[in-house]
Amino acid sequence: MKKVLATGNDAVLKAALDAGAGMFCGYPITPSTEILAGWAKAADKNKNLIFIQTEDEAAAGFGAIGGILAGKKAWVATAGVGNVIMQDPLSLAEGMRIPIVVYIAQRGGPSTGTVIFSQQEVVLTRKGGNGEGLRIVYSPGNIQELYDYVFKAFDIAWKYYFPVFILSDGYLGKTLGEVAFHQGKAMPSHPIMLNEHRAAAGHSLNLRNCYSLEEELGEVLKKQISDYEKMSEKVVEHEEFYVKDADLLIFAHGSVSQAAKAAIIEARAKGLRVGLFRPLTLSPFPIKESRKVVRGIKKILVVEASLGQFSDIIKSAIFGGTDAKYFEFFKPAEGITPEEILEKIEEYL
Amino acid sequence: MNTAMPKCFKKESKPSKFCPGCGHSIVLKMLGQVIDDLNIQKKSFFSIDIGCSLLAWDFFDVDTIQTHHGRTVPVAWGFKRANNKAVVIAYTGDGGGYAIGLQNLIYASLRQENITVIAVNNTVYAMTGGQAAPTTMPHEITDSTPNGDFTLERPFFGPETLSLVAEGTPYIARGSISNPLILKNYIKKAILHQQEGKGFSFVEALSICPTNWKTDAKKSFEFLKEMEKTYKLGELKGD
Repeated sequence: MKKVLATGNDAVLKAALDAGAGMFCGYPITPSTEILAGWAKAADKNKNLIFIQTEDEAAAGFGAIGGILAGKKAWVATAGVGNVIMQDPLSLAEGMRIPIVVYIAQRGGPSTGTVIFSQQEVVLTRKGGNGEGLRIVYSPGNIQELYDYVFKAFDIAWKYYFPVFILSDGYLGKTLGEVAFHQGKAMPSHPIMLNEHRAAAGHSLNLRNCYSLEEELGEVLKKQISDYEKMSEKVVEHEEFYVKDADLLIFAHGSVSQAAKAAIIEARAKGLRVGLFRPLTLSPFPIKESRKVVRGIKKILVVEASLGQFSDIIKSAIFGGTDAKYFEFFKPAEGITPEEILEKIEEYL
Repeated sequence: MNTAMPKCFKKESKPSKFCPGCGHSIVLKMLGQVIDDLNIQKKSFFSIDIGCSLLAWDFFDVDTIQTHHGRTVPVAWGFKRANNKAVVIAYTGDGGGYAIGLQNLIYASLRQENITVIAVNNTVYAMTGGQAAPTTMPHEITDSTPNGDFTLERPFFGPETLSLVAEGTPYIARGSISNPLILKNYIKKAILHQQEGKGFSFVEALSICPTNWKTDAKKSFEFLKEMEKTYKLGELKGD
């Protein structure tokens, strides 16, 4: 397929348009602003696209939810403290099974932090609401994956009715590279309220997220958790890179997984037996697959640009399934180079 | 006066869960009559706040969603932007409307969002046990203003504020459950305003909360009279 030169942000926008997104609500925050501004330009040319620059992230999320209820594939993009504020509508989306698509461009934290990179929004994005985190979180690592997974996010959201997140970062968004826009067939969306069922059933649809009794909410959660588990088997994704004969296995995700790959190629050239396990879905997490891959592995190295937010997931996933030595390389809110990872490989192997 | 239950009420969810004597029931009955009169039951989208308003989540045989505190307005305009044929009505209390949701309310009026917002002003956060609201009267005793301390010297005037900031040709009015037919007329005019595509419409309804005010019927309406001296009734914007 023909490849074109594009930035990550371009790829995200193109993917959303190709997936049939029809509405975007947002509040500018670096490094997600290019998405908002790019959509504004697209909506300026195409009057069928709805764009609203809102007064805050809460309004953006709730406005998009309104659009989704009326049948539009609506989405939002935010970062950092914007991600914090956005958790209000996203908690509702989780509680009411609203198929919203959320693009997160991680930046440094806590607080305003820095504006371009971190992997510190893992916990917030996976579990940010006042609930169980029944969400789907993709962690793409390059521009092609940004396009592929943003496209896929809309299909998965409208198929399973869980909020879907693309957990990216500012570096990835601003990187220029080659990408193929496959423009596959997108799933249709349809009105959730005021739809043909309303007319056919002869009565209205009344939706709430507040319950009077513990048992009432308990029943709702039971069904949601069961749906989530059934969905998980079909949605969970990961990538293995040189794992077969590896003595040292690296766990990394997102941009950092690409640095790990570069380091592994160099290490292999030196005869070092090192591989990579890389979850593409942080939620649901490839638990079975990670337990399988660590069998026979002597050493594990987790690399991430936060202080163990990712490592905690690994530890809980492989608990009791390995006696490998466990190393961690954390650089909260700082970029990680292949050279640094190679140094760690040589140190631990 | 038509005392029958509106046709758009859901019989299976009656009696409603509102406290005895609650003013919400009167506001909702007037809204129900308007929905019947305008024959919009099947094309209405009703978006409600939390607080006592959430008890209306299954009140009408009208597509209804319960949102979060202060966020009924963005859900409402989001729906309207995506489905212009729907009649979109957002329902909120004074806390959701004028405290946590004020920013959203103001920008909806600035952007001329073509929706109707109904805000019920009973001077308290009733669902949480009667704490002070932006509309609490000066020195009114509530759960969080003991002895009448800690109240605003000047409460928040929703319709007046929106009249100053709303763009375009808004409809803005304040009614009271002391005169339900006038309130009904305001709600009807607001919804017609939306149907004619004239932009943002807003009705505040002064109401009573005997439970949290700890008042009987007579004293409740006496206090409502006091409120009406502070919060002037009438149409502020519109034709």
